[in-house]
Amino acid sequence: MRKAPNIFLRRTIFSAAATFLGTVFALPLVWFVFAPFNARAELGLAIPSPFTLSNFATVFQNTFAMQALLNSLIQAAGGVVLVGAAATLAAYALSRSPIPGKGAVTYILLLFSSVVSGSAAMVPIFLIISAAGLIDTHLAVILVFAGGLLPTAMFILRDFIDAIPRSYEESAMVAGASPLQAFFDVALPVIRPGIVVVVVWAFVNIWGSFLIPFILLRSDKLMPASVAIYSFYSEAGTPIVTLLAAYSLIYSLPVIALYLFVNWKFGFRFFGGIKS
Amino acid sequence: MKKFSLLSTRAGALFLAPATALVGVFVIIPFFWVIFVSFTNRTLLGRTAVDPDFVGLQNYFALFNPTTFFTRGQFGFSLILTIQFVLLSALIGQALLGLLLAWLSQSVTPTLKSFLQTAVIAAWILPEVVIGFAWFAFLDYDNGTLNMIMRGLGLPPGDWLLQQPFWVIVFFNTWRGAAFSMMLFNSAFQSIPPSYFQAADVAGATSWQKLRDIALPLIRGHVVTDLILITMWTFNVFTPFLLTHGGPSYRTEILSIYTYRIAFKDFEFGKGAAVGVVIMLINLAFALVYLRLAHKKPMEAE
Repeated sequence: MRKAPNIFLRRTIFSAAATFLGTVFALPLVWFVFAPFNARAELGLAIPSPFTLSNFATVFQNTFAMQALLNSLIQAAGGVVLVGAAATLAAYALSRSPIPGKGAVTYILLLFSSVVSGSAAMVPIFLIISAAGLIDTHLAVILVFAGGLLPTAMFILRDFIDAIPRSYEESAMVAGASPLQAFFDVALPVIRPGIVVVVVWAFVNIWGSFLIPFILLRSDKLMPASVAIYSFYSEAGTPIVTLLAAYSLIYSLPVIALYLFVNWKFGFRFFGGIKS
Repeated sequence: MKKFSLLSTRAGALFLAPATALVGVFVIIPFFWVIFVSFTNRTLLGRTAVDPDFVGLQNYFALFNPTTFFTRGQFGFSLILTIQFVLLSALIGQALLGLLLAWLSQSVTPTLKSFLQTAVIAAWILPEVVIGFAWFAFLDYDNGTLNMIMRGLGLPPGDWLLQQPFWVIVFFNTWRGAAFSMMLFNSAFQSIPPSYFQAADVAGATSWQKLRDIALPLIRGHVVTDLILITMWTFNVFTPFLLTHGGPSYRTEILSIYTYRIAFKDFEFGKGAAVGVVIMLINLAFALVYLRLAHKKPMEAE
């Protein structure tokens, strides 16, 4: 009986701490919730009066801004298709074929991809892309992301395929299916949830990234939204806040939508190295 | 009975080919190439762009030159700054905060838990340029949300990006990345049988005792994994560039931003490559430890 007020006190302290921390985390983003809907948005926090969508209209009329979103889509879609296809094939081979040394292959790929990443990678990646004559092309961005994301994607998918019983394909082959048929008609539909996870993960990574397109692209007409957003400044060098706020929201929507989708479909299961 | 293989060795090699080619060309070849370039005086423009000279270890001597090593804007200054940045924002900030957030999430109401997790995860999933801009507005001297709160509390407002740029990127990176540690510790805590905590409750243990004596010893492996991963990521992170561009006067120029300046602003590729090699060696050390601990499977699978 003596313990009851104690527990009550503890619950109160925990709830207060959680409320405080949640608020602290939310604070830098509160401005971002209101500014897109405020026609006179500035850097200060203000409730829009009236709520308006005029900032979005401005964005949709800005051809450069819209082109940049399209560029982001081209690069992310290209990268995702390459990563998804190559990682599925490779992960299946690593799981199901008797290739000697396949464990070592996975290990070496993972090791290299974590060593040649981030700040260490920018110089060598720029050099190889310029040697290939691909500077300032969509293809450069797509290939670099595909190479960088593939090892982790293969690893996630291999774990996934290892968990599927081999008897599915074995019985198909006993019934006369070729190995290719067993892969496409039997294994692929079962692996699909794993592919979806990898594809979403790769898309979010490419869509949001700044550094790679920033160093590999030159011309305005190829810039993805992450880089183009830095040209929404007036000639005096001050940000055009209304445009930036609305654009940031539009640009964030696919990421938020995909997060909610994964959360709803799979529950937010934990994947190690979900961000590279 | 020997398991018959579903894919012949030949077909398997064919399946592996596209991935191997992509990773080979865009990850493995660049690794060796950057080592080679670090021994030359290659630049972006001019004669040495097409026909660089072999200069031996000169670039490395320049980086580790003791007379300039600790000077602001030099490699040594940047390296030390990066180590402080990793210690404060990843090991102390993200890991401790992540642990606290996960522990709180276990013991508050579901509504409060989802509020807390939504706020923390939003900081983590939104694209980095959006986050950079939101913080730029948040820290604005005249109208920013932070100074609005400071004034409201009767405290003096600050021009944070000019006065405390280093602490800004430390808090920024802590805020941005805490979600990862929180989620990892969340799943770690959930793997502990609830009966352990119920037994402790019966014995009248406090929350702190339960964390220290039951939870932490059981999730030691997760803690090590978390520390290595967030150290590696923070060590390589470029996002603070979006907030400070490495300034003012190099005070936030962590190694990633230093590399960018040397290679793409000053166009000294040879020297930039040497910095890249040093970073890769440090990455390699972390990666080897991590792969030994966490991903033993690919080696054992053989």
